[in-house]
Amino acid sequence: MTVAVTKGLATFETIEPTTGLRAALAKSRVDVIAEISASRLKGRGGAGFPTGTKWNLAAAAADPQKFVVCNADEGEPGTFKDRLILTEVPDLVFEGMTIGALAIGARKGILYLREEYTYLRSGLQEVLARRRADGLLGEGILGSDLTFDIEIRMGAGAYVCGEETALIESLEGHRGEPRNRPPFPVDTGFEGHPTVVNNVETFVCVAAILAKGAPWFESIGTDRSTGPKLLSVSGDCGRPGVYEIPLGITVAELLAAVGGEDAKAVQIGGASGHCIPASEFNRTIAFEDISTGGSVIVFGPHRDMLHVAKNFMDFFVEESCGQCTPCREGNAVLLAGIEMLEEGRCSMAYLIEMCKLGEVMQLASKCGLGQSSPNAFLSIVQHFREELMGRTETVTR
Amino acid sequence: MLVTDRERLRADVNAWTEQYGSTRSAMLPILQSIQKKYGEISSFAMQEVADRLGLHPVEVYSVVTFFAFLREDYRSKFVIRLCRTISCDLLGKDRIARQLENDLGISFGETTPDGKFSLEWASCIGMCDMGPALLVNDQVFTRVTAESVHDIVEACRRSFGPLAFHDNLQPGVRS
Repeated sequence: MTVAVTKGLATFETIEPTTGLRAALAKSRVDVIAEISASRLKGRGGAGFPTGTKWNLAAAAADPQKFVVCNADEGEPGTFKDRLILTEVPDLVFEGMTIGALAIGARKGILYLREEYTYLRSGLQEVLARRRADGLLGEGILGSDLTFDIEIRMGAGAYVCGEETALIESLEGHRGEPRNRPPFPVDTGFEGHPTVVNNVETFVCVAAILAKGAPWFESIGTDRSTGPKLLSVSGDCGRPGVYEIPLGITVAELLAAVGGEDAKAVQIGGASGHCIPASEFNRTIAFEDISTGGSVIVFGPHRDMLHVAKNFMDFFVEESCGQCTPCREGNAVLLAGIEMLEEGRCSMAYLIEMCKLGEVMQLASKCGLGQSSPNAFLSIVQHFREELMGRTETVTR
Repeated sequence: MLVTDRERLRADVNAWTEQYGSTRSAMLPILQSIQKKYGEISSFAMQEVADRLGLHPVEVYSVVTFFAFLREDYRSKFVIRLCRTISCDLLGKDRIARQLENDLGISFGETTPDGKFSLEWASCIGMCDMGPALLVNDQVFTRVTAESVHDIVEACRRSFGPLAFHDNLQPGVRS
């Protein structure tokens, strides 16, 4: 069977803007959410929470003021699909947000754009201005009684703000430190009001589902992972870039399409994801197996996996918000341990101790960042232990 | 800070609170506006923002010190941020780093004596398929080579001083 792995935004580029929005406006609020639920769309940011369920919770809240937030704080290492979406099909993003506003009853939307993407801002503002002029935003959208507008807010260089509660904290003028959940943002979000926070790609999927119907979306992918998914592929491969895949393809099939057949390992899910060795390339990219927000980093046969682990750990030491102890202290301890491994001074007993610490961090950290920060290290230790131990000199890459 | 400078900053903060509102949620846009115009958020500026939003200045300070793109002290005209995360690392960011240090005569975390350039690391800037990548202020440069570092630095240099001709610094997304 040949698998359709295509470069770029093949499906989303073919969707005519306003088709989805018009279809949504012709439906009742309940039917819009029912359509999303029927498509079994799961959040594209990485966590994979069912979008229909999230919207239902926000729609059911009694508060007259609600918000739709698009999370464009794309900070996961190796992820750049949202940058391409915001460049190529920004209308579909805003359309998805507008459909979200219709579904939950919000009047205001916020696109939270990371500071590193400042150069995209003026283009996006032009698109918003055009949509207002065309009656697609503002009061009485396309002659209906829907009133909704979108504001662009900039991040300020903090990876942790991709976590939805930290994002809301920073919108409210606080340090970007994650909150305890529950309460969830659908209940108590921006300024205490019910707020739906979704990834850029999720909103594009929503626009596509309304345009082409839930059965179309459901026909792609696997039983538990429906729809097309965008992957950002980088590292040691012949053809890096953004790819569209049907969920459920194997790592090997993806590697063949991107020119990375000789890979020794692939990091899927970015710094907070897992390192998959060549022996597991028959595993599938789907929510039920290897779940990902879209980052795929290919490591060629000559790569030093300890160097990779160190790079990820440097990242987490830098980006931990410092609020909870397991993440703030744990990552620093693991980094020091990696330096011991580098110098060939780490006993197996201490390595096992470090792995136990990693497990504590997974359990005891407050937010997703801390809980997933030891993942890369642990999976590299699991699969490449032989490579890490007893070094006598610095390995050249 | 001169009295006239303080007056100017106060007027700006007032204008921005008019624009973004005087609730706490307006804090980040106001701070970003100050950062963009003045290149720093001084203690005086933090006090002004705190007064306008009805907060203790430490609340503003805690936000300024949290975010990588907000800073209390003026650094330089051009802040060069080289991505050090894995994909750019695999594509050879170490050599770019070395050459930036050589061409500017400073190490990472430092500022040139003339106050024109500072050199910093960035976490993933989302250019992983076109690395090594760096940001000069908010402009992105991709597929940087050890050789092209010189062109980037010179393009910046030409935008000030006696060499400021008509050619402006252009974003360098090359594909």
